[in-house]
Amino acid sequence: MRTDPLWQLTLSRLRMFFREPSAVFWTFGFPLALSVALGVAFRNKPPDPITVGVWSGPDASGSRRIVEALRATKGIEVREYYGPSTRDLGTGKIALFVRPGDRLEYDFDPTRPESRLAREVVDAALQRASGRADVLPTTDRPVAANGSRYIDFLIPGLIGMNIMSGSMWGIGYVVVEMRTRKLLKRLMATPMSRAQFLWSFVLMRAAFFFLELPLLLLFGWLAFGVGVAGSLGLLVALSLLGALAFAGLGLLVAARAQNTQTVSGLINLVMLPMFIGSGVFFSTARFPELFQPFLRALPLTALNDSLRAVMIEGAGPRAVAGEAGLLAAIGVVSFGFALRLFRWR
Amino acid sequence: MDLAIRCGGLVKKYDRVTAVDGLDLSVRRGECFGLLGPNGAGKTTTVEVLEGLLEPTSGDVEVLGMRWDRDERALRQRLGISLQETHLPDKLTVEEVLTLFRSFFDAGRPVGEVLDLVSLSDKRGSWTEKLSGGQKQRLAVACALVSDPELLFLDEPTTGLDPQSRRQLWEVVLGFKSRGRTVLLTTHYMDEAERLCDRVAVVDRGKVIALGTPAELIASLGGQQVIVAQLDGAVPDGDLSGLPGVHRLSRAGGAVSLAVEKLHQTLPALLALAQARGAALTQLSTHQATLEDVFVNLTGRQLRE
Repeated sequence: MRTDPLWQLTLSRLRMFFREPSAVFWTFGFPLALSVALGVAFRNKPPDPITVGVWSGPDASGSRRIVEALRATKGIEVREYYGPSTRDLGTGKIALFVRPGDRLEYDFDPTRPESRLAREVVDAALQRASGRADVLPTTDRPVAANGSRYIDFLIPGLIGMNIMSGSMWGIGYVVVEMRTRKLLKRLMATPMSRAQFLWSFVLMRAAFFFLELPLLLLFGWLAFGVGVAGSLGLLVALSLLGALAFAGLGLLVAARAQNTQTVSGLINLVMLPMFIGSGVFFSTARFPELFQPFLRALPLTALNDSLRAVMIEGAGPRAVAGEAGLLAAIGVVSFGFALRLFRWR
Repeated sequence: MDLAIRCGGLVKKYDRVTAVDGLDLSVRRGECFGLLGPNGAGKTTTVEVLEGLLEPTSGDVEVLGMRWDRDERALRQRLGISLQETHLPDKLTVEEVLTLFRSFFDAGRPVGEVLDLVSLSDKRGSWTEKLSGGQKQRLAVACALVSDPELLFLDEPTTGLDPQSRRQLWEVVLGFKSRGRTVLLTTHYMDEAERLCDRVAVVDRGKVIALGTPAELIASLGGQQVIVAQLDGAVPDGDLSGLPGVHRLSRAGGAVSLAVEKLHQTLPALLALAQARGAALTQLSTHQATLEDVFVNLTGRQLRE
């Protein structure tokens, strides 16, 4: 008849969460929506074609052949002009102007890299069309430079942010709400173990996290091809450490607050600097050197940096040991303080 | 005598306020004991000290022969506690809440049985936020009963409930008591104390000012009937208490209460006296003496002021 209290406490926490639709959205829907919006806004486009002008028409002999040859070449967009010169070259609308004849004439501005590139590409295409053979055999192997895109930067940041806000709100706010509703006091009137009560929050966060993390990873992979270069196990271990660190901080802000307004203020106070300074949406490197030691000491910076290192660079355990240590230390210290300060009634 | 609760010289001070001011209490095993008093009398503070939720400033507390500082763990297993106000989690069902509370105790009663006991079986799948006030209160009591406690604390169990819900809860308490268990309840409803309690301590300003069975306390007034009269004009107390059959006189507000033996003996004399003194009667009523009259007699104030 009797079931394990820790299991019951955790189960209750999970039930209460999943029966609150807005909480479910903020935890699962919001980060997905955010990554879609940002991923679309900052998507990488294919390289712009080089626009080339050609003097064509009945007056320009051989122009038909040139236009066709260039049209067959990838990465070149051809515009035809019915005259031997155009202003479009000067205004930058085209990078190069080709004047047909026995001797081809290329008009271009050699100080513009785009123009120089256009001259080489067009010349090579036309020479080849006229029968020039390549002496050296070559093969092109395009490399997808995944890892350098904004979405690659963003997904680990969103995972970190989600772990932070989930733990802070899911623990800090909920505990204080229980206190204001006298539920905490009621539970204290039973033989419930205080340690198990606190553990149930940690377990709930951990359980969530095994839903949140695959969701974001899978989504990033399917929608944007964001992969995990390093070990998945290491990624999970780091995220768990992060969840523990923020669970500790969540308990700490909730330790004494007597009403939900106070704790909301405290949570925002703790999270806001990290939203901005810990490299969720843009790199910490943008802040002046003076701020760097402070920013590096923030738990979310440690979490984001280490998640990125594993996901993008494929870093191993040794490379992220410093960050992992910092997260563990923050978790242990904040738990310790929270337990000392905690007001149970 | 076998005592469930013994406390002596209990004092609880907050910064400047003394909530409990030297309170002595002995609750016997198997009885339903009531702390009756107005709001702010120190009932809740007293109960929370007895429940081990508050640290007394001074005084001695023993519950089921144990002490909070030494035996908290063992003691918690044997108590059932319902606080004055607890908002149980909104989005858990009745059954889930009860199962959660059951899990904290080594021994207890099956959840289904307790649901039957408080007549919530048909609500077992409802979220607690959907329950009426009376149902919520019964669930709160069920959370206290699920451990099958030896001693049940109920702090204002029926405050704010409609008459039918109150009666339902009374049945639950009487059922618990009939199994030989002990109940300590606080209330400011005299009818509740009269209906449920074997003995009552009247508490005012942090002290017990009267103790006894409801019948004893009422008998202490001397008369079984009470006349409440408002006289528009000065009539000395001496004249009033000199009327035939008057045992006690007390004043509360502008009204005078007379505890009398027989109405038919005293009433005509009162009317005659008023007429003789030229004092108009602006109000006159009579009722069976209750604990309320005991309180008015002791303090000169109403219970619910």
